[in-house]
Amino acid sequence: MSFLKIEKLKKSFGRVEVLKGIDLEIEEGGFLVLVGPSGCGKSTLLNTIAGLETITDGTISINGRSVNDLHPSERDIAMVFQSYALYPNMTVAGNIGFGMEIRGVAKAERDAAIARVAETLQIGQLLDRKPSQLSGGQRQRVAMGRALVREPQVFLFDEPLSNLDAKLRVDMRTEIKRLHQRMGTTIVYVTHDQIEAMTLATRIAVLKDGVLQQFGTPAEIYARPANLFVADFMGSPSMNLIPATLDADGADVAIVMKRDEGAPLVLPYAKNVPELAARKGEMVVFGIRPEALTDPDSADRNARHVSELDCDIEVIEPAGSDTFAVTRIGGREIVARLRADAPIIAGQKARLAFNLDKAVLFDPQTQLRIA
Amino acid sequence: MSADRMAGAGRSNKLLRALLYSVLILFAVYYLLPLYVMLVNSVKPLEEIRQGDMLSLPTLFTLEPWAKAWSSAQIGVQPTGLKPYFLNSVLMVVPAVTISTVLGALNGYILTKWRFRGDDVIFGLILLSCFIPFQIALIPAARILGMLGLAGTTTGLILIHVVYGLGFTTLFFRNYYAAFPTELVRAAQIDGASFFQIFRRILLPSSAPIIVVTVIWQFTNIWNDFLFGVSFGDFDSLPMTVALNNLVSSSGGVKEYNVHFAGAILAALPTLVVYIVSGRYFVRGLMAGAVKG
Amino acid sequence: MNRNRLQHIIPKLVLSPSLALILIFVYAFILYTFYLSMTDSRMLPSYGFVGFENYSKLWGLRHWWRALSNLAIFGSLYIVICSVLGLFLAILLDQKIRGEGFLRPIYLYPMALSFIVTGTAWKWFLDPGIGLENTMHQWGWTGFEFSWIKDRTLAIYTVVIAAVWQSSGFVMAMFLAGLRGVDSEIIKAAQIDGASNATIYRRIIIPMMRPVFLSAFVVLAHLAIKSYDLVVALTGGGPGQATELPATFMYSYTFTRNQMGIGASSAIIMLVMIFSIIVPYLYSELKPGRQR
Repeated sequence: MSFLKIEKLKKSFGRVEVLKGIDLEIEEGGFLVLVGPSGCGKSTLLNTIAGLETITDGTISINGRSVNDLHPSERDIAMVFQSYALYPNMTVAGNIGFGMEIRGVAKAERDAAIARVAETLQIGQLLDRKPSQLSGGQRQRVAMGRALVREPQVFLFDEPLSNLDAKLRVDMRTEIKRLHQRMGTTIVYVTHDQIEAMTLATRIAVLKDGVLQQFGTPAEIYARPANLFVADFMGSPSMNLIPATLDADGADVAIVMKRDEGAPLVLPYAKNVPELAARKGEMVVFGIRPEALTDPDSADRNARHVSELDCDIEVIEPAGSDTFAVTRIGGREIVARLRADAPIIAGQKARLAFNLDKAVLFDPQTQLRIA
Repeated sequence: MSADRMAGAGRSNKLLRALLYSVLILFAVYYLLPLYVMLVNSVKPLEEIRQGDMLSLPTLFTLEPWAKAWSSAQIGVQPTGLKPYFLNSVLMVVPAVTISTVLGALNGYILTKWRFRGDDVIFGLILLSCFIPFQIALIPAARILGMLGLAGTTTGLILIHVVYGLGFTTLFFRNYYAAFPTELVRAAQIDGASFFQIFRRILLPSSAPIIVVTVIWQFTNIWNDFLFGVSFGDFDSLPMTVALNNLVSSSGGVKEYNVHFAGAILAALPTLVVYIVSGRYFVRGLMAGAVKG
Repeated sequence: MNRNRLQHIIPKLVLSPSLALILIFVYAFILYTFYLSMTDSRMLPSYGFVGFENYSKLWGLRHWWRALSNLAIFGSLYIVICSVLGLFLAILLDQKIRGEGFLRPIYLYPMALSFIVTGTAWKWFLDPGIGLENTMHQWGWTGFEFSWIKDRTLAIYTVVIAAVWQSSGFVMAMFLAGLRGVDSEIIKAAQIDGASNATIYRRIIIPMMRPVFLSAFVVLAHLAIKSYDLVVALTGGGPGQATELPATFMYSYTFTRNQMGIGASSAIIMLVMIFSIIVPYLYSELKPGRQR
C-alpha cells in the first residue's frame, strides 16, 4: 500500500500553471527522487507536499490521511533545505530544538533528543556553535539533525547537496543513503542531478514543465526511457540520439543512418517487434548509450545482438578509467565509451561495436519510445 | 633618460596630489563655514558681532546667548526660550519613530514573506506616499485632526508623522527582508512557529542594521520637520524647528544674532549627534530612500 | 485544522491598518484636495462647485507665475550644481585619499540638519549688514559687495546657494557609492588598453553612472518641488515675492490669504509635477523586481 500518495495535483501561480496534474505514490520506507531541469516544478511539488505552498487542485495524502488542509507543522514531515536554512541567531542545539521548543516540549526532554541526534550525526562537539562558525558539510549535518529530531513520517529533501563541493557531495550522498537504510523512513528528495537520482532512489519521477514524464525504478528509467526528454536527461554522458530511417524486409528491420561521407550505416534491428516492420521508410530516432557503443574487445559477451562497424573518430577524450571517442553519425556528435587503452587515434577510422540489445527507438513526432 | 622622466612624472604627480588635497580641504572649509559661523557667534556678546566680523573668534567669551536661547528668549509672545519646544519635539519624535518603525517592520515582513495576490499593488501605493508634496494633505489633514479632537496636540502630530513616515519605513524593511532567506521562514513554519513567533524569533534578531537605519532616518526627518509642525502645532505641541523660526523671524526689537545662532545649534544638536555617532547608518538610509524598491 | 486559514488571514490583518491610513491620508486626501480645488472655498472649505475656475484664476496670477519661474531657476540650478559638484567631489575622493574617512562626513553633515537651521545660518551669513559683506569690509576690502539676499532679482540665487550647501554632499555620497561599485576588472582592462585616468573616467566610469544620475535627478527634483522650510527660514519668500516657490505660494494662499480653492489647485499642480517625474521612475525601477 502506498504511504505517500499524490493524485491529480495541480498548482497555479496566477495564470501560470506550474504543476499540471501529477500522480505519484511511494510505499513506506521508499526513497522517491523528483528530478528534472530547473523550472520543471519539482521544488514546487515538494513544497506542496510540505504544505508551504497551497495547491490548486488534487489531493496529497500521507499514511492514508489527506493533508491538504493541514499546516506544515501538522503534517508529520521534516524538511532539509537547499540553503540548510539554519536560524543564524541560534546555536546548533537551538536550531535542532526549535521545533520542540515551539511545541512546548520540556527542556530536559529536548536536550535528550538533541543529544541523541547529535550522536547519530557526530555533531556533538558543535552544539554550542552558531551556524556562521560551521563549514558547509557541518551545516548540512545540522540541517539533517533538525529534520531527524522530529522523527517524522516523511523526510523532504530540497536539493540538499547542491551547495557542497564535489567530494563532500559524494560523501554526503553515501551518508544519506546509509541513514535511509538504517531508519527506513520514507523520503522524498528533489535534485537536478541525475546521478544523485540514480544512486539514491528506489523510485524516480522525472518532471518537465510541470508534467510527469516518467515514473519508475532507476533501472527502468535508465534502460527504457519513456520519451526523448527522459533519454536525454538521464545518464552522463547522455544517450546518443541519432536521426535514422527504418528499412524492413519482411519481419527483419534495419536502421539506416546517414553519414557525412561514404555509405550510410545500416544496423540490423533484430529485436522482434512486429509493429516496426509496418513503419518501413519512416523516420525514427535511434538511441544508444555510450557504454553500449564501444571497442569490439569491450563489447558485452552476453549480448545477443552486436554489430561492428567502422567509424571516423574525430576526438578522443581519455578519462582515466575509460576513453570517450567522438564520431559523427546522422549529422550528430556521437559518444562511444571504450576501455582506457583501446588503440584508437583521433582522425582515423576505428571499429566500434553497437550493442543493439540496449538500443531504443523513438518516434520523432510524438517523442515517445516505440521499441 | 627614462629614470629622468620617471622623476619628472613623480614631481608632477606630487604637485597634482597637493592640488587635489587643497581642493578637497577648500570644500571642507566651505561645508564647515556656516557651522563655524554659528558656533563662534553664539558665544560672542551682541555688541561684538555688530562691531566686529563674523569670522573672528570671540574676544569676550560668553555662554549667555545659549542660556537665553534655552530658557528666556521671546518665542512668539512668551519669553519661554526654546526649552518647552525642545520637550515638545522629544515627546513627538519618540513615539512617532517607534510606531512607524514597528509598523514598517511588520509591513516589510508581510510584503516579502507572506506574499499574496495584489501585494505589489499595495506596496506601490505605500511607496508612492513617500513622494507626495505634503501641501496636498494640509487642508484635509487639518480637518481630520479637528474632527478627531487632535488639532494642535502632540498626539495629532504623532499620527501625521507616523502616516507619512510609513512609506519609507516599509520600503526600508521590505528591501532588507527581501534579501532575507525565505527558506528560514519555511523551516520555521515546519517547526510550527506562528506568524508572530517567526517575526520575533527568526527575523527580528537579524534586523539590527535596518532598525538602526530606519530609526535614524525617521528621527532626522521628524525632528527636522517644519511644515506639519507649523500647520498643526499649538503652544503645547509646536516643535523645535517652528520655535526656532519664530525666534529668528520675530520682527520686533533688536536682532539678537548670537541668540539665534545658539538656538539654531540647539535645534540641530540632536540630529548632529546622531549623525556623528552613526553617520554610516544615516548615509545608508539616504541611499535606501533614493535608490530603488 | 484552522491553523492554515488563520495563517493566511493574519498577515492581511496586520497590514490593513497601515494600508487604511495610507488610503485615507494620502489617496483620499488627494481626492479631497482635488475636489476643493473645484469649489469656492475661501477661509474654510465650502462646497459650491465652480469647475476649473480656480485653475484659470491661478494661471492668471502673476504671483503664481513668479513662483513657477522661481522654481524653474531654483530647480534647474540646484539639480545641475548639486550633480556636477557631487560627481566632482566623488571623483576627487575616489583617488585613494588619505583622510577620506574624515572628509566625507564633513561634506555630508548638512544633510542631517533641518532646513530651518540651514536657513538661519545662511540668512545671517549672507546678510550684508553683519555677514560676509560686513566681514570683508572689516578686513579692509571696502569695495566688496554681496547683497543678493536683499535684491529682488538675485535673492532666489541665495536659496540655491544654501540648498546646494545642504544637499551636494549627499549627491557626492551617491556618486561615490556608484564609483566604488564599478567592477575593478573593467578598469584594469582599460588600463591595459593604455587609457589614461582621465579617459577612463570620461569614457568608461562616468557613462556607467547613468543610473546614479537618474536617481540623483529624481531625488533632487522632488526635493526642489517640495522646498518650503528653507525659503521660509532664509528669506520668508521675499524680498517682496522674489523667492516665492509653489510650496510657499500654496501655504500663504490657503492659510493667510484665505483663498483655499486656489491654494488647493496649486497643491494639485505640485502633485502633478512630482508624479510626472516619480511615477515613471518608480515604474522602471520596480519592474524587474515584479516577478515572484
